[in-house]
Amino acid sequence: MRLEPIANPGLARRLGFPALALALTVVVASGLALLAGAEPFATIGLIVQGAAGSKFAALETLNRATPLIFTGLAVAVAFRARLWNIGAEAQLYGGAIVTVLLGTGAIGLPQPLLLALMALAAMLAGALILLGPVVLKTRLGVDEVVTTLLINFIMLLAVSYLLEGPLKDPAGMGWPKSAALIAEARLPRIATGLRLHWGFALALLAAGAVWLIETRTSLGYEMRAVGLNPQAARFAGIAVGAVLVKTALMSGGLAALAGFSEVAGLKGHLSLDLSPGFGYTGIIVAMLALLHPLAVVPSALFVAAVFVGSDSMSRAAGVPTYIADMLLALALLFMVLALLLARVRVVRG
Amino acid sequence: MTRQVGQAQDIVLRLTGITKRFGALLANDGVSLTLRRGEVVALLGENGAGKTTLMNILFGQYLADAGAIEAFGRPLPAGNPRAALAAGIGMVHQHFTLADHLTVLENVVLGTEPLWWPGLGRARARARVEQLGRDFGLVVQPGAKVGTLSVGERQRVEILKALYREARVLILDEPTAVLTPQETEALFQTLKRAVALGLSILFISHKLHEVMAIADRCVVLRHGRVVGEVATAATDPQALARLMVGAEVVAPEVAPARPGPVLLALDAVSTPNRGAVPGLKRVNLALRAGQIVGLAGVSGNGQAALSDLIAGLDHPAAGEMSLRGAVLAAWSPRRAVALGIARIPEDRHASGTIADFTLTENAILEGYAAPPFSRHGWMNWAEAERFARRVIRDYDVRCPGPDQPVRLLSGGNMQKLILGRVLEARGFESGPQIILANQPVRGLDIGAIAYVHGRLLAARASGAAVLLISEDLDEIMALADVIHVMSAGRLSPGFARATMTAPELGLWMAGQGFAAGGAEDAA
Amino acid sequence: MSAVFDILLQASFWAAAVRIASPLIFATMGELICERAGVLNLGIEGIMVIGAFAGWMATYQGAGLWGGVAVAMAAGMLFGLLHAVLVVPFGLSQHVVGLGITLLATSTSYFAYRLILPEVTSPPRIEPFGTLPLPYLADIPLLGPALFAQTALTYAAFGVAAVVALVLYRTPLGLALRAVGENPAAVAAQGLSVTGLRMGAVIVGSGLMAVGGAFLTLSAFSSFFFEMVNGRGWICIALVVFGAWKPGKAVLGALLFAAFDALQVRLQQTPLGALVPYQVFLMLPYVLSILALIAMSRRAEVPAALMVPFMKGER
Repeated sequence: MRLEPIANPGLARRLGFPALALALTVVVASGLALLAGAEPFATIGLIVQGAAGSKFAALETLNRATPLIFTGLAVAVAFRARLWNIGAEAQLYGGAIVTVLLGTGAIGLPQPLLLALMALAAMLAGALILLGPVVLKTRLGVDEVVTTLLINFIMLLAVSYLLEGPLKDPAGMGWPKSAALIAEARLPRIATGLRLHWGFALALLAAGAVWLIETRTSLGYEMRAVGLNPQAARFAGIAVGAVLVKTALMSGGLAALAGFSEVAGLKGHLSLDLSPGFGYTGIIVAMLALLHPLAVVPSALFVAAVFVGSDSMSRAAGVPTYIADMLLALALLFMVLALLLARVRVVRG
Repeated sequence: MTRQVGQAQDIVLRLTGITKRFGALLANDGVSLTLRRGEVVALLGENGAGKTTLMNILFGQYLADAGAIEAFGRPLPAGNPRAALAAGIGMVHQHFTLADHLTVLENVVLGTEPLWWPGLGRARARARVEQLGRDFGLVVQPGAKVGTLSVGERQRVEILKALYREARVLILDEPTAVLTPQETEALFQTLKRAVALGLSILFISHKLHEVMAIADRCVVLRHGRVVGEVATAATDPQALARLMVGAEVVAPEVAPARPGPVLLALDAVSTPNRGAVPGLKRVNLALRAGQIVGLAGVSGNGQAALSDLIAGLDHPAAGEMSLRGAVLAAWSPRRAVALGIARIPEDRHASGTIADFTLTENAILEGYAAPPFSRHGWMNWAEAERFARRVIRDYDVRCPGPDQPVRLLSGGNMQKLILGRVLEARGFESGPQIILANQPVRGLDIGAIAYVHGRLLAARASGAAVLLISEDLDEIMALADVIHVMSAGRLSPGFARATMTAPELGLWMAGQGFAAGGAEDAA
Repeated sequence: MSAVFDILLQASFWAAAVRIASPLIFATMGELICERAGVLNLGIEGIMVIGAFAGWMATYQGAGLWGGVAVAMAAGMLFGLLHAVLVVPFGLSQHVVGLGITLLATSTSYFAYRLILPEVTSPPRIEPFGTLPLPYLADIPLLGPALFAQTALTYAAFGVAAVVALVLYRTPLGLALRAVGENPAAVAAQGLSVTGLRMGAVIVGSGLMAVGGAFLTLSAFSSFFFEMVNGRGWICIALVVFGAWKPGKAVLGALLFAAFDALQVRLQQTPLGALVPYQVFLMLPYVLSILALIAMSRRAEVPAALMVPFMKGER
């Protein structure tokens, strides 16, 4: 068996295979629903309804999409430069911790300034958390996949310690959570009465900013070059190590903004269940978006819809919520295969 | 050479009507070929003519679209390397198929026992390998890790692999491309012994002198088709070249040199060894304006270290490097480009281009960080495209357009793009350039080779200093005004054009002639 | 520090260390086989989860302990097959596919668990492997209980490691596997199938990883709960690097790591444990793994073709 590249694949091929991937995912979803004793069409209908069928549902989806846009961008930026940042979870929590440190009354500043300070500090925290593994990679050749993964576990334990100790809410009922953020430290709602906070708008801005950087700046050019062919980049005079560090700063900072947004915008405090795996889900969001920063937004909306819809569907139809995780993992695998088949032909010998 | 081919009427190998397509490319078009017992047949053709594809089909690594192969009178199952091996066909690949971290013995024994067999039988294998080494003149240490061997020794392991499997037909793909003249002679001795012991040989080459020396018959391929078949006794290199290219081949016109001032000088420069890659050992070198300096030698003798140094990827650990008289302080690829060094890298795929970048993005690979292509970190894509279009037009780069990925280009066009990118980078405003051309025509067809050589000679004529690093001694002897030989990191003195023969240079390549105290530049 | 010495002198400590090392040995050997053949298998964490779940569920449904092990291995091999198909003939990114497999296998386990046992709050227990002391050997002071009074599955772990070492270095199959991870072109030129070897390695390796996961439910914890694998898969990847891709060294690495883990649990009971937050102790295994990676960073001989897909005819 041999893979023969197709010189100019037509639109039918380039759209058809990804569409087939998504269709297959839906088929599997139906199968899983059947296994759970539910009716497939009804199940999918309930998912769609739970994601967008009412104003409440739609807002829930947008809220769930916000951190996913940030972590999706973080992963996309990193993966473009072939930096395997699997540690977005830890970077997210880093941003959340800093948000709590600065926002529970330690600093008195007018709201816009306080929020800006918190956001920047959060980004710095996230950047530093990713910097360690990246420096290990550039200086010592240590693979960043495992180091970033292990730091996730270390970070979770650190958060647990902080929430049971220094950051513990003095007014809490013993349940480990932090004190609440002061009013000036909360991200306001985009419109009164609308349960959507400014974090969402910030996420959209971030996507636009990343796209501009990638396509219009020399840094973006360097990042893409290093990701596609580090040897050629080095020969041309690009400082590969420095580019990876800058990429890490950007990626870690974006992931940390997810933590900032969730704490300052949605929850108002930090607890251990802040992130149901946003860092890992960001990988799916990024890959489904083909690492394109603008495509991360619809991809995050799609993924959020699947989760929110499945939560609601599960309450109604009894199919375990993990169907959402299964579907997204399958969508990821089908999609990478579909993208390959869209531009190669499988031939004998 | 003449031999009694009379009784060797039995045909050991017969290829009939082999056709193979890769997408739109017709690599082999109805190729038919026979090989008789005890014959040495050379398969000739320029790069891209379809020789390696044909051999890969024979060996089973590709499946032909049409045609049949018979080995020793029996049809050969297609697309099956194991069947080819079982039928007695052994292949010595151009790019060695050896695992560096494994020993010679392990590489030879790999795949010779069934996978479910409980033991390796090392002792017996070692004895057999040593015996074969003695019989065929291929001496290697069975316990040595292949990564520690020289290129010539590695080729011996490749041949031993085939002989160990009792090959009756040996296919060699460009075997002398990486050998010194002396090693080539040793290889030919081995091949003669093999023929005397009953093997038949099919070998691919584009080096016409060698082909004349060893082959009984030559088959010439052009654009995937057989265009001629002659006995070597009845032909000469010029006729073969004409068949290969389909037109009269004219050697490049080299006007007499008018060397100017020294543009780049290395004074007793040394760099450290990096693992198996030798560093420079007290190298003295002078590149003069209007002169081509050729660096001969088999790869792995320090060419990479010298090339990296001049390209800005390394700096001298000892000694001095000076550019236009001024000793260099800070050194990096950007500095090198800014100071007028045009660098053509050895491997256009690995270091020269980024396959998934467009032609425009590749065109500004060295210049993107400065005006006019970017200002304060903001890219100016309009300027970049303008530059790319100019390079495409002036350097005859055949491509669908500047916003297509460079991956779609042929090797020759990719090289022309690189050439244009580096030569046009500074546009000669501040005096002649220094051109570092590292294997600039490797893997290119005759047309592209002529173009690249033409550009290098034109640059020389307008006052540039050219350092030409090449494994092809013929290329060096044709183009270079001054020839140095590199061996184990040491640089020989410079020999003026036409003062040395290939065998004499070969001796330097093998390390003879280097005095203990280092060499002085005599040019 | 005397607290540490006291702990080191307890036979139960060393027995615990060997016990903790057992699932790691299975999974590390599994990953080692994959990486030696040139394929990084980031599905290891998920495959351990599905092994833990499938093995436990099979035993819970009456298949017996070894039946559970067999089912776990089969589940692992199935996911290994999926990984292998995407990554070997199609040459897709081993990072992305591996992470996808981890996410898929983990979510499949949780989905199936919730499907079969929707209402349970505390997971049902099964009867785990019992200890199988070897006569006379188990009576050796300190080492006896540690090495010779373990469960059958632990003995199997060491047995598997020995078999892997034997096959890798003394058989034609092992040579072919090592070669395909160094230079697949060399393997193809000798008439062997690169695809077959690599896919076989990934499938078998994944089966072993799943058995490692099953150890957690069938021997260590007797029941399945979410987050039980807890990063062991990633730690095993670090152990493969630490062991320089050699089975013997990797087993030693697993034992060393397990000893530290056992130590940290016991230290929490000492006066030191009252001073230092327990989370710090729990962090130690992960920190140690990172240190192990740093220590081995420049020295090990990485299989030269690791993560490089083999496309026929490409040179």
